[in-house]
Amino acid sequence: MATTLTVNQRVQNIDAAADTPLLYILSNNLELQGPRFGCGLAQCGSCSVLVDGVETRSCVTPLSAVAGKSVTTLEGLPAWYAQQKKLSSAPELHPLQQAVIDEQAMQCGYCYNGQIIKGAELLSKSPQPTVEQIRTAMNGHLCRCATYPRMIKAIQRASRAMGGGR
Amino acid sequence: MSSESPATTFPRRDFLKAGGALLVGLTFAPRVDAQQPPGGAIAGPFTPDPEQLDTWIAIHGDNTATIFLGYVELGQGNSTALLQIAAEELDLDMSQVSAARVETGKSPNQGGTNASASINRGGPRIRLAAADARQALLSRASERLGAPVERLTVSRGVVSVAGTAGQSVTYGALIGDRRFDVPYTGKAPIKDYRDHKVVGASVPRNDIPAKASGKYVYMQHVHVPGMLHGRVVRPRGQGAYGDGARVQNVDADSIRDIPGARVVRRRDFVGVVASEEWNAVRAAQQLRVTWDQPESLPASPAALFERMRAAKTIDSVVMDRGGVDAAFAAARHVVSHRFDSPYQIHAGFGPNCAIADVKADSAVVMCSTQGPYATRAKIADVLQMPEGNITVRYYEGSGTFGRSCYDDVAQAAAVMSQETGAPVRVQFMRWDEHGWDNFGPAHTADVKIAANADGKLVAYEYHGWQHTWSVTETTAQLAAGRSASEGQDGRAQSLTPTNTGEMYALPNWRIVNHRVPGLQGYFKGAPLRSPLDLAISFGAEQVVDELAYLADMDPYLFRRQNMNGDRWLAVLNAAAEAANWSPRKAAAALSKSRVVRGRGIAVGTHLSSYGVAVAEIEVDRNTGVIVAKRMFGAIEAGQIVNPGFVENQISGMLVQAASRMLKEEVTFSRTNVTSVDWVSYPILRCSEAPEVFPVVVKRQDQPSTGVGEEVIAAAAAAIANAFFDATGVRLREHPMTPSRVISALRRA
Repeated sequence: MATTLTVNQRVQNIDAAADTPLLYILSNNLELQGPRFGCGLAQCGSCSVLVDGVETRSCVTPLSAVAGKSVTTLEGLPAWYAQQKKLSSAPELHPLQQAVIDEQAMQCGYCYNGQIIKGAELLSKSPQPTVEQIRTAMNGHLCRCATYPRMIKAIQRASRAMGGGR
Repeated sequence: MSSESPATTFPRRDFLKAGGALLVGLTFAPRVDAQQPPGGAIAGPFTPDPEQLDTWIAIHGDNTATIFLGYVELGQGNSTALLQIAAEELDLDMSQVSAARVETGKSPNQGGTNASASINRGGPRIRLAAADARQALLSRASERLGAPVERLTVSRGVVSVAGTAGQSVTYGALIGDRRFDVPYTGKAPIKDYRDHKVVGASVPRNDIPAKASGKYVYMQHVHVPGMLHGRVVRPRGQGAYGDGARVQNVDADSIRDIPGARVVRRRDFVGVVASEEWNAVRAAQQLRVTWDQPESLPASPAALFERMRAAKTIDSVVMDRGGVDAAFAAARHVVSHRFDSPYQIHAGFGPNCAIADVKADSAVVMCSTQGPYATRAKIADVLQMPEGNITVRYYEGSGTFGRSCYDDVAQAAAVMSQETGAPVRVQFMRWDEHGWDNFGPAHTADVKIAANADGKLVAYEYHGWQHTWSVTETTAQLAAGRSASEGQDGRAQSLTPTNTGEMYALPNWRIVNHRVPGLQGYFKGAPLRSPLDLAISFGAEQVVDELAYLADMDPYLFRRQNMNGDRWLAVLNAAAEAANWSPRKAAAALSKSRVVRGRGIAVGTHLSSYGVAVAEIEVDRNTGVIVAKRMFGAIEAGQIVNPGFVENQISGMLVQAASRMLKEEVTFSRTNVTSVDWVSYPILRCSEAPEVFPVVVKRQDQPSTGVGEEVIAAAAAAIANAFFDATGVRLREHPMTPSRVISALRRA
């Protein structure tokens, strides 16, 4: 039974049980490395993707729930950003990915898939978030290395970069 | 391990009979770990020869170098920092050096990546090997260019004759992709630290760009052709370590409806495999297994600590200097309290994962071990295969912060591959990782301390109870019938002068280690970041603080006049200065507001380096919620290879300290662990994270020591001291949860 969905702007026909969590489709069928297993319980945010622009826990989202929808993973974030900003071509990295590098924010980086996906969603809705808005938005994304302060700085840096020098 | 044995050991009964006539062993453990052979390299069978230069460095035709490291990247940046050391001595820039994937048989054995020791143990050997390689290359260049070595200079791997234009040759042209075939001597001249350009610079980490873009291959992403997806099936949460887990019945029919799913069983080891991962996940949840679960755990956390104290411990007098009892009797101010610290979890963010491909007489295992050679031996044991036939290849997983269950998952994959004859990928589920971790052991302590009228420390006595680390992995117990056993009392899991009091000048000083027998109703234990040190600081730094209070002194100034030596003093001052500390007595301005503020300072160590932290917190007296608002951490660890990495470590330690102090505790019933996910074992969240201010105190003239475990011990105690400053009340057990806070405030 095939399910049709769009992943990183490409249409995919997936032949898998309809109740299969999207995470396993992305990791195994499509061999993407952004979303990754953390808890399988929607508690940590490690597996997050954007579904029609909304941050979604792929570990508890059945394949059937994303039929006909557009899924963006960490790999597809630059192109998604270009679409949002109506840029003629996709940059190499989303500004938040670049800011994470510039801030040397992460340690092991395993949770940064979810941190970056959630941060990108926040910046698309609130281009200049306050620190409190950032803390609230990011609260469902755990980081065992406890790099929250640098993640907050990276989001602020990306916000400045996206605001054109503000 | 013999150098780690306590000086004097005798059964508890003898100790009690001695009636205060203490047997004494005065051995000061050296501050730099003596356990490791010189240069951090271990020779052994099926191990590249550490005495050959080619084991460490290869120079390629394109004028780049591959460095073979024995240490693994865990997100701390060591794979970049060790390359900085190599680049510095080779006169290459960072774009010209890369590290080989760590793999048994190909990478040198430098022991495990633990004790925050990559730089202090691994750095010297890399530095000396790079210096050897430089000398070998210079001597070839000397022949090629017809100039004596003394006249040669090197920049970016291009060797030139000083004072002559155009006469040059690259490293690549001299040896490109051929072997050196010379011994490692360790005697080539190395650069003076004052000439360092790459070492000491905050160059960016080489793994972060791929991690930010999604190109980095974590262990959890690795696939091999034809592999099956495996899951282990165990009770939800481990029981007592010595009990293992005993199967009464497995109902294979219970997963009959799941396509391709089947049971893999060896003795008490139960797993499932399926070609589709989701089917393996479902099968593991659906399979009906009846377990024998004895009620051998303590009835409550309080009962756990009572069990430890009542146990037939092995007691060692680690230190008995001066006349402790007389000094206490004569002292002006004396403080004495009991402190309890719970079991805590490594809780790697991505549960451990491994792939094993076991053939009839060989095996390849990919996993996220901190010690590939040690893991190889453990896999050989469960497969009953010679170590030389097994390859362990490292792929980074999520940060482990010590020996989490990576060996367990590697053994599980190996057993399931051997049983099925196919490559098997085992991904632990969250409840496997949380429930079957090797926890950081619980600790309980009686701490007594005294000062004279001038606020000078005159006596200190610390009694600590804890079991040591366990040796037998769960899979080895279940699948191979290996009995649970414990390691020796390692330096990092028993009381030593270094971890218990050495930061202060102490004329009269007694330390007694009570080793609890860990096979009698406790959990599996393993080093968890800042093992024992966090618990020791939690107690010891609170009694020091109380003494300052009794002496009517500011807690920073009190410590300042009692620190042991200039290096401790410099770090203490650096932290206080960063926090803009203005001296006053603690709890001098108690407020009746609902939300009250406090600040605290404390020191901490782990084997070698010097850590100090300041915490500023808020306490909601109605809800009992503590929020760490701002935290400052300073470290001195000798020569700093990359200050940026050290700052990242300090920042992480400050926030993680708040998590461990305010939230984290393994919970359990009489039969099993009950904290099996992020709801039942919460950690600090983004909205709760303090602002952090890291300070690196540089001593480039000194040998490097670790930077990953000292500030967390200091910061934990700083939070506890800040709570007293805010409320005038002490909490002597952690985590400092809202219910504990409220009951402590009510009692006061």
